[in-house]
Amino acid sequence: MLTLLLLVPLVSATALLAGKGDRQLVKTSALIQAILTAIFWFSYDRTAAGFQFTWASQPLFPGLDLRLAFGADGLSLTMLLLTALVTLAAAWTLPAVDQRSNLFDACVLLLSAGATGAFISRDLFFFYAFHELALIPTFLLIGLWGNGERQTAAWKITIYLALGSIVLLIGLADLFLAIPIPQRSFDLEKIQQLAGSHAIPAASQARPLCLLLIGFGILVSLFPFHSWAPSGYACAPTPAAMLHAGVLKKFGLYGIIRLALPLLPDGWNQRVLGTWSVMDLLLLLLLGNILYVGLVTIAQKKLDHVIAYSSVMHMGYIFLGIASLNLIGVSGAALLMFSHGLSVALLFAVSGALREREGSLALDRFGGVAKTLPFLGICFSMATFASIGLPGFANFSSETLVFFGAFQVKGASFIRAATILSLWGVVISSVYMLRAYKAVFLGTPSSTSAKWMDISGFQRITLSLLLFALLLGGFFPKYFLNYIQPTLQAVLR
Amino acid sequence: MDPSLPWLILLAPLVSAITILLFAHRSKALSVALSLGAVFISLIGTLLVFGKDPALTASQFSWITAGPSLHLVIGLKVDALSKVMLLVVTSIGALVHVYSTVYMADDAAKARFFGSLSLFMFSMLGIVLADNLAMMFIFWELVGVSSYLLIGHWFTKESAAKAANKAFITNRIGDFGFMSGILLVWANVGSVDLSEIASRISQLTENPYLLAAAGLCLFCGAVGKSAQLPLHVWLPDAMEGPTPVSALIHAATMVAAGVYMLARIFPILSPSPIALGVIAAIGALTALAAALMATQQDDIKRILAYSTLSQLGLMVAAIGVGSWAAAMFHLFTHAFFKALLFLGAGAVIHALHHEQNIWRMGGLRSSMPRTFATFAIGTLALTGFPLLSGFFSKDTILLAAYHQNKGVFAAGLLTSLLTAFYMTRLFVVAFLGTPRSESAGHAHDCAEAMTVPLMILAVLSVIAGYEFFSKSLFGEPFFEHIHSIHHASIVPTLAITVFAIGSVAGFLLYSGKSEEPVKNPFATLFAHRFYVDELYAALIAGTQDLLAAISAWVDQYLVDGLLVRGLSTATWGAGYLFRLLQFGNLQGYAFLFGAGVVALLYILIK
Repeated sequence: MLTLLLLVPLVSATALLAGKGDRQLVKTSALIQAILTAIFWFSYDRTAAGFQFTWASQPLFPGLDLRLAFGADGLSLTMLLLTALVTLAAAWTLPAVDQRSNLFDACVLLLSAGATGAFISRDLFFFYAFHELALIPTFLLIGLWGNGERQTAAWKITIYLALGSIVLLIGLADLFLAIPIPQRSFDLEKIQQLAGSHAIPAASQARPLCLLLIGFGILVSLFPFHSWAPSGYACAPTPAAMLHAGVLKKFGLYGIIRLALPLLPDGWNQRVLGTWSVMDLLLLLLLGNILYVGLVTIAQKKLDHVIAYSSVMHMGYIFLGIASLNLIGVSGAALLMFSHGLSVALLFAVSGALREREGSLALDRFGGVAKTLPFLGICFSMATFASIGLPGFANFSSETLVFFGAFQVKGASFIRAATILSLWGVVISSVYMLRAYKAVFLGTPSSTSAKWMDISGFQRITLSLLLFALLLGGFFPKYFLNYIQPTLQAVLR
Repeated sequence: MDPSLPWLILLAPLVSAITILLFAHRSKALSVALSLGAVFISLIGTLLVFGKDPALTASQFSWITAGPSLHLVIGLKVDALSKVMLLVVTSIGALVHVYSTVYMADDAAKARFFGSLSLFMFSMLGIVLADNLAMMFIFWELVGVSSYLLIGHWFTKESAAKAANKAFITNRIGDFGFMSGILLVWANVGSVDLSEIASRISQLTENPYLLAAAGLCLFCGAVGKSAQLPLHVWLPDAMEGPTPVSALIHAATMVAAGVYMLARIFPILSPSPIALGVIAAIGALTALAAALMATQQDDIKRILAYSTLSQLGLMVAAIGVGSWAAAMFHLFTHAFFKALLFLGAGAVIHALHHEQNIWRMGGLRSSMPRTFATFAIGTLALTGFPLLSGFFSKDTILLAAYHQNKGVFAAGLLTSLLTAFYMTRLFVVAFLGTPRSESAGHAHDCAEAMTVPLMILAVLSVIAGYEFFSKSLFGEPFFEHIHSIHHASIVPTLAITVFAIGSVAGFLLYSGKSEEPVKNPFATLFAHRFYVDELYAALIAGTQDLLAAISAWVDQYLVDGLLVRGLSTATWGAGYLFRLLQFGNLQGYAFLFGAGVVALLYILIK
């Protein structure tokens, strides 16, 4: 059943590559994908544990438990919902493209298809392969249709993400080999069932854990491996920035929750660098994301750079939630993956619309846009409030869980101090977001902006849907937590 | 009592705010009607609550649960304390709504204004009704947003946009402490529920430093919201917002939320002498410093803003000397006369076509008689004229301080003297004498919708201090607290003396003057608010912005430069290889990813 979710964008992309169809096809495809996702979302049985809507092929190679296998549990379904919502919004914000427009549109759909594939895969190999698949359209989009120094940005993002993928590959292999032979499997469900069994000896958990954290970490822009993200997102065409920052980047975090938490629970306290444990090092790096990158964000002079850096910064909170290793913090991390994806997609959608109108995103070029473009102004202000963690938005619910979860941990590591330091990040993020919002949307409207047209029609609905989901998660976080937590309980057993 | 009544009080303004945002924002009249309707539903609900049982906890809504140890709920606590606060918020809220229909009549964004006002009412009522710290924090942040929206209501004005940001960010600094405090309490007590914390407080009192840390972290939230030193700088700038907003949010209710919160968490504060000492010191310092600053301001709203800072300082100091009842009593009376003063100032500003400088007013006594009379009552109530409300509540604070902490007592007396002085200055310059500008000459009283609220507030400013009125609201147990403070006849005697000295000095100095007669270095210092704003601007530029610039440089030239360019040299060989294989750049990258998958497959199959 879930195969449909994958087939719809793939078939549409193939048709576009074959020269059939136009932009309407992208929109239709995204709409079908969204409707299908909604059907899965509402028909999912939240009381039952494990994967649902499962489908699997025969083993692809004799003697190897490797098959194309799909399924969704509460966590992956939440990620699929994110994918569908952001894809829908992205499909409606396709910018005008001069050349090879069909290839551009196909790339957008392939990016979404790759993310979908990774989130529905029940098989370790395809989980990895689909993400790789999604990276190809990402850098094509940046390299061929990007803004500014797109070649450099595409090249940097490729080097970094390829490096991350290679480290991840080694990590996955190391993890796979560390599992005792009788229990070895590519099946994520079987891997998950090993949670709590301590199948891998504690002493041999640290190395695969570090490799996974670095590999996934590079893909998620963990400090100091983050510098691909700001230039990449600033140069990326709007749909690519929305889909990568909003959706595909969450793959790394999803991977850590799926693999590192159930299989390597004893690795975190192993000392790997002098007296520093894996946990200590991760806390140090995530503080780099929150405090250092937060400061860097304050100094940015362009709106897209502010959003891109802030998205790097917020990864720190998700890592903090994961590092708590308890249900409170990890469910906060999972919900934050969802809510951050929505809010950053909104921010990129609005900034893309501004770039189309002004030609630049330098903060000092703007002023009073809330007057001339009221709908985009409301979208941006709401997304700003969401991203600085105001109550009423899902980001606040998630961050609350993250802070409570991390502060609950009693132990040798300095996680409580790190939690308080991370709280300061909430002040930092309100400084840069409100400064940017004020520079662009408040103050005296510039003379050029008087002629600008606000967005209209269905595009408004797609952005409103993102806002609606953010508010739903803010007012009724339990609605989403009821999907997420049963999965996490299994993972953290 | 019907347990859904408190929910009705809380949710009516939310429904109004959402409806205005989604459907009614194009119709000014409909937005006004919705907002007014909501505030009156809340007000009537509040009045109904008063007839009923003394305490009630309405049903709870479970917001977040995770595992066995975290339950965050939205639960409403209706007790003597929250009832009084409900009354203050809904009654002044209703008057300000009515007043605003005229004050904002010609505003292009009237719908947005009333929508934000409803959002504020919802958030503020949430703080008042919260039965646990997490919920209080949620609504605490929400009043921050609505305050941000309302200060920045005229957002095309650069100064308003700036003031809104300053208010929000300064408050966030306080909230950083507040949240840390909540985490500390939760981690040690195991609950965020106010009653449960009170009953399990022994788990905190074992370690006096932990207790003090928790109390003072929570206090940080109050320092931000109630604009105490050193986070006081946002409140005077917040006067950029429309005047009804200043009256409701930045004088009567939201800024008093800090004091209310301290009264709510008093079981955490009272066992800690360290925490109480710090709170008393900060409150007394704020009271005194703000009163000094108020003596040399020329903008009518700014004088009142500094006065608010100063009075909030007194309330905080009252908490610090252990008398939460005195603090709440003064909060109650202050809300009425300060709202009255702000709305009176708004009437003057409205009549004078946005003139706010008191030196360009004058002679309003005859041209605006109703405003004049009500403003006079407000001034007397604030300055501590005997037998008006402010006299009684301030006397309670001074009495509590007299027994507990002579330093706070002295600061309180000095503050009272200065209050009488600067308010007399404001009153004499703005209302007496002859008009000093054309607009002041043509002024006249505003429409009924503006003057009637003034008169209602004037009556309340007179009677709010008397027990026949306030005892029925606060209830008997509250006044037992007040009466437990031993009477000392020296305190009211001194209070009346300083009132007389301050008023007479102000009158003699400013009567008949057309420009500021006091010119000396101290006056300059006060006029420039001790240069604290300038100091902060320099500090922010010198620390945060400098650090940010350095980090940005490091990120661009070291982290990005070294790592990436270092890598680039290493991978250049590979790139060269691709070129030899005649791949175009992009296809080369594509190949790189594809190769990874193929290699993995190869390893597996092999």
